[in-house]
Parts: sequence; C-alpha cells; structure tokens
Amino acid sequence: MSIWEYANPVKFIRTTDLVLPWVAAGALICLVTGLVWGVFFTPDDYRQGSTVKIFYVHVPAAMMAINAWAMMLIASLIWIVRRHHVSALAARAAAPVGATFTVIALATGALWGQPMWGTWWAWDPRLTSFLVLFLFYLGYMALWSAIENDDTAADLTSILCLVGSVFAILSRYAVLFWNQGLHQGASLSMDAEENVADVFWYPALVCIAGFVLLFVALVFLRTQTEIRARRARALLAREGRA
Amino acid sequence: MMPDLGKYAFAVLSSYGVALGLIGVLVALSVARSRKVRAELAKIEERVQRNG
Repeated sequence: MSIWEYANPVKFIRTTDLVLPWVAAGALICLVTGLVWGVFFTPDDYRQGSTVKIFYVHVPAAMMAINAWAMMLIASLIWIVRRHHVSALAARAAAPVGATFTVIALATGALWGQPMWGTWWAWDPRLTSFLVLFLFYLGYMALWSAIENDDTAADLTSILCLVGSVFAILSRYAVLFWNQGLHQGASLSMDAEENVADVFWYPALVCIAGFVLLFVALVFLRTQTEIRARRARALLAREGRA
Repeated sequence: MMPDLGKYAFAVLSSYGVALGLIGVLVALSVARSRKVRAELAKIEERVQRNG
C-alpha cells in the first residue's frame, strides 16, 4: 500500500469520511480539557499575573499558523512534482484555516502585549513577519479565487506558497535572527531548562494537540468540499459543451 | 468557579472570546459550505445521469 493511493479523490473521501468524526471528537476533547485545565487549574505567573492564561490559545494558534503554511508548502511541492489534484486542493483547503490561526495569534498577542509591553503592536521582527505571513495567506486565497482554470491556479498558488515559505520560516526564527524587539524567544523547548514550568507545559501540550487535531479535521472536511466543488465544475463544463 | 483574573480580566477574557469566536465561525462556515457543495453536486450528478 502506498501513500499515493490517497491521491485518488474517491479513495481520499472514503478514507477521510471514516477518520473525520474521530479526529473532530479528539480535537473537541483536547481543546475543552486543555483550555479548562489552563484557565481554571493553573496558577498565575509571578511576573505576568493572570495574563499567562492567554498562553493556551496564543502559542498553539501561532504554532499552527506556521505549520499550516508548512503543510501547504508540502502539498504544493507534491502538486508541482507529481500533479496530484488532491494535494493542490488540500493546500487550498488549508489556507483559510491557517489564516484564521494567524489572526488568532496576532489578536491574542496584541491583547497580551498591551498589559505586558504597554502597547498593542510594535514593529518587532516576529510580529511583523507574522503580519506579512497573514498577508501571504490573503494573497494566496485571492489568487485561487481570481483564476478560473484550476490547474493554472494550482500552479501559480504553488509558486506563491514557495515564496511565502520564507516568511513562515522568518515567523518562527525571527527572534533568533534579530536579537531585538519586544517578543520573547520560544516559549516551548525540548530543553527542560529553557522550557516553561511543567504546571503550564502540560495543559499547553493538550491545547496544542487540540489545535493540531482541529486543523487536521478542518483540512479533511474542506478538502472533501474542494474535491466535490471541482467535480461539480467539471460536470457543468461537460454539460455546457454537450 | 471563575478564577480571579484581577486587572487582566479584559485581556484574558477577550483573548478567549476572539479565539473561540473565530474558531466557531470557521467551523460553521466549513460545515455549511460542505453541505451546500455536497447537495449541489448530488443535484448535478442526478441531472447528468438523467440526461445521459
């Protein structure tokens, strides 16, 4: 059995139909558990007070904003190399989800920044690269909508995705490249010395799992929709020619 | 039940409001479009089959 079998739209829809309810249920369970744990059963931070509770939505959303683009990049590369329509449609399906996570990261960051830094916004390297990433999401979605031919749209958006990947990487590593600005370094690390305290780390892990599963569930559902919409367009075009 | 958020209540509650609100809208729009496209495709397939 090969992974490329799932490039067949019928096989993709049949398989994701089976998996989707489980992934969606997992997302709901993890999100409710993680957020309730984080909000109600963790202490305030000694410096940041109760604003530390924003961590449980801000960090997972920011991680997924970047990871969604990474998934789109992989799907775009598969389209460019192997011309599988499902991969191009999966990239298209992921864009609004990634854009929403980016808005959540920007908005919760501003709400967290105001009481901690005294400002809603600063032209800090990480904040700015996130804003540019959001603009790339908008451009990517607009380009898909602007081009009628699906294959041409997939070609051009794949190129845009490759270019935007620079900003996705910058969003992740900006604080390391430029040692300036307000935003702190990575909050989560595999190094126990650098990582946040366990009392914040465990609920955050559950929230991150919830955001990942939510992303997977939404991409499955939206890719199914894109496959059906493409088939509908093809049938209508065939009817028009007949 | 509600933890004491003190002077940061607005920041914390509005962060959760924005995040959960946007996720809710995204899920609702995704499900609604999925249902709409599925119904449209079924209608088109039925018509195509009928017309041979």
